Amino acid sequence: MIEHLPILQVLIPLLGAPLCLILRQPRLVAMFALLISTLTFMVSCGLLQQVMLHDVLVYSLGGWPAPWGIEYRIDYLNSYLLLIVSAMGAIVLVASQTSIARELPRNRHMLYYTAYLLCLTGLLGIVCTADAFNIFVFLEISSLSSYTLIALGNDRRALTAAYQYLIMGTIGATFIIIGVGLMYMMTGTLNMYDLAERLPAVNNSRTVLSAIGFFIVGVCLKLALFPLHLWLPNAYAFAPSAATAFMAATSTKVAVYVLIRFVFSVVGAEFMVTVLPLQQIFIVLGVTGVFATSISAIYQLNIKRLFAYSSVAQIGYMIIGLGIGTQLGLTATLIHLFNHALMKAALFLAIGGVVYRIGSSQLSHFAGLGKQMPFTMAAIVAGGLSLIGVPLTVGFISKWYLVLALLEKGWWPLTVLVLISSLLAVLYVWRIVEWVYFTTPRIIIDDVKDAPLSQLVPIWILVIANIYFGIDTSLTVGISQKAAEIMFSVGGMF
Amino acid sequence: MNLIGLYNYWIVVVLMMIGFYVVIAHENLIKKLVGLSIFQTSVFFFYISMGKISDATPPILDPRFDLYSNPLPHVLILTAIVVGIATTALGLALVVRIQESYGSIEEYEIQTQDTQDQMESQLEAYGFRKKHVLSIQNLDE
Repeated sequence: MIEHLPILQVLIPLLGAPLCLILRQPRLVAMFALLISTLTFMVSCGLLQQVMLHDVLVYSLGGWPAPWGIEYRIDYLNSYLLLIVSAMGAIVLVASQTSIARELPRNRHMLYYTAYLLCLTGLLGIVCTADAFNIFVFLEISSLSSYTLIALGNDRRALTAAYQYLIMGTIGATFIIIGVGLMYMMTGTLNMYDLAERLPAVNNSRTVLSAIGFFIVGVCLKLALFPLHLWLPNAYAFAPSAATAFMAATSTKVAVYVLIRFVFSVVGAEFMVTVLPLQQIFIVLGVTGVFATSISAIYQLNIKRLFAYSSVAQIGYMIIGLGIGTQLGLTATLIHLFNHALMKAALFLAIGGVVYRIGSSQLSHFAGLGKQMPFTMAAIVAGGLSLIGVPLTVGFISKWYLVLALLEKGWWPLTVLVLISSLLAVLYVWRIVEWVYFTTPRIIIDDVKDAPLSQLVPIWILVIANIYFGIDTSLTVGISQKAAEIMFSVGGMF
Repeated sequence: MNLIGLYNYWIVVVLMMIGFYVVIAHENLIKKLVGLSIFQTSVFFFYISMGKISDATPPILDPRFDLYSNPLPHVLILTAIVVGIATTALGLALVVRIQESYGSIEEYEIQTQDTQDQMESQLEAYGFRKKHVLSIQNLDE
């Protein structure tokens, strides 16, 4: 049983998805999906524990050894990502129960849960697998199901958002297979660890350079790096609230993982500095992205869109950490992966709670809700503080390590820019606080009260996690440091 | 001549650029999907022609031959074709629903309608309120 954990991680949600369609009854399907995602979460905890014992778990599908068969390989980085994705998958589903029941018509509930589990499968699969083509397949499973999740949104703009994402996402995924194909042409292998061994021999050929270019642009489309982020704000704004919380907490993180895995394990960190000017590109795009999208966030009227823009800004920080190209920089990125997932899941679930009560995510409709929904609004403020990076929250830990990594390199101007950009976060969070606590509403709706308990409990679990991991950083920082260390050790992965 | 010898790559690149251009340049949502399909198909060609080895036979074991084409890229691309079909189907389904709710599949007209929605909610935010009852249905309109 224990040795099959890597495949069970993907198999359980994959088999659960069609069963949801068979069950049909909305309540039954909801409970069943929750059960499946809890099982998945337990499997990922088991995997993390196994990785801590053995360092690397290798699983050959169907018993075919690695270069021929598909291999699943779990090390610290993978198990860390699996933990993030499955934990968020489970906790968002708890809140989904009531939120989805309110936002979607009854006959679409089972479709939501089916798409949700498929999306979870795809994301977990991308992280588990060590096969480059397999990454593409799982990427498409997760993308197709996220297009569906977005299109389920109530507003008609959800449809255009899903369409736009479909076009951009497919172009990104096709770029990724072009890259994989070119690499296969030069090396004759698809296994990422084989690729890492064979690529150095052909590193200077133009084919490999264009392969890497295609692959990286494709992944950057998926992770919504600054100039390629246009699909993201609308997709997050108009999807059902629970789906937004899930996607914001997981899907871009997994794309960042693919980029890290590819840059550090397959092509190697020094390649990034010497052959291609990736370091400069990442840092410049990261910094401009943080500023441009934080400023856009300040002007948003829809609170979901506001946090969607702030998500793109946070991805900018992750890319800066990656672009620094040192072990400390990578650690900062990995810590921020986890922390950002916690913040955004809490924020979007809390917004989901408000939408549950007032049916809108327009900022102006939030006026005066601070008195009527004290716990939900306190959660939004706590999440916002974490986003700014106030001490005692996880956001502070992320910023702290990022600044340390920048200072280690001696990049003063960049450090100053990162700190200034945090002030922009203060501005957009303050706008929310102002509407919520200091604006008198034009009409008072009497029956608005806090979000139902089934939503408040997961929201507050996340908020407390936001504070807990801001004080006791042994888990996040410990695993991140270990993972970054492995990536930088000789050979990168053995 | 090497340029002619690599004609399969020329076809791939030309098709890829045609598809990409159509996706970017066309306003019509269906035409965009057609472009996307062409774009994906060029990649299928790329993979399939990559597996061909000069003077090799199809990979069926036979004592008379000892040089076979590489079947792996063909198998891979079967998966990619399935993914492509799923994407196109989902895209078309979305276009059907866009047509139902906007009454148009021209990007420009859809954007105009969206901007109008946006303007209305903006006016509402600054105090020009039309509706006084808050419910999901009303906000959709």
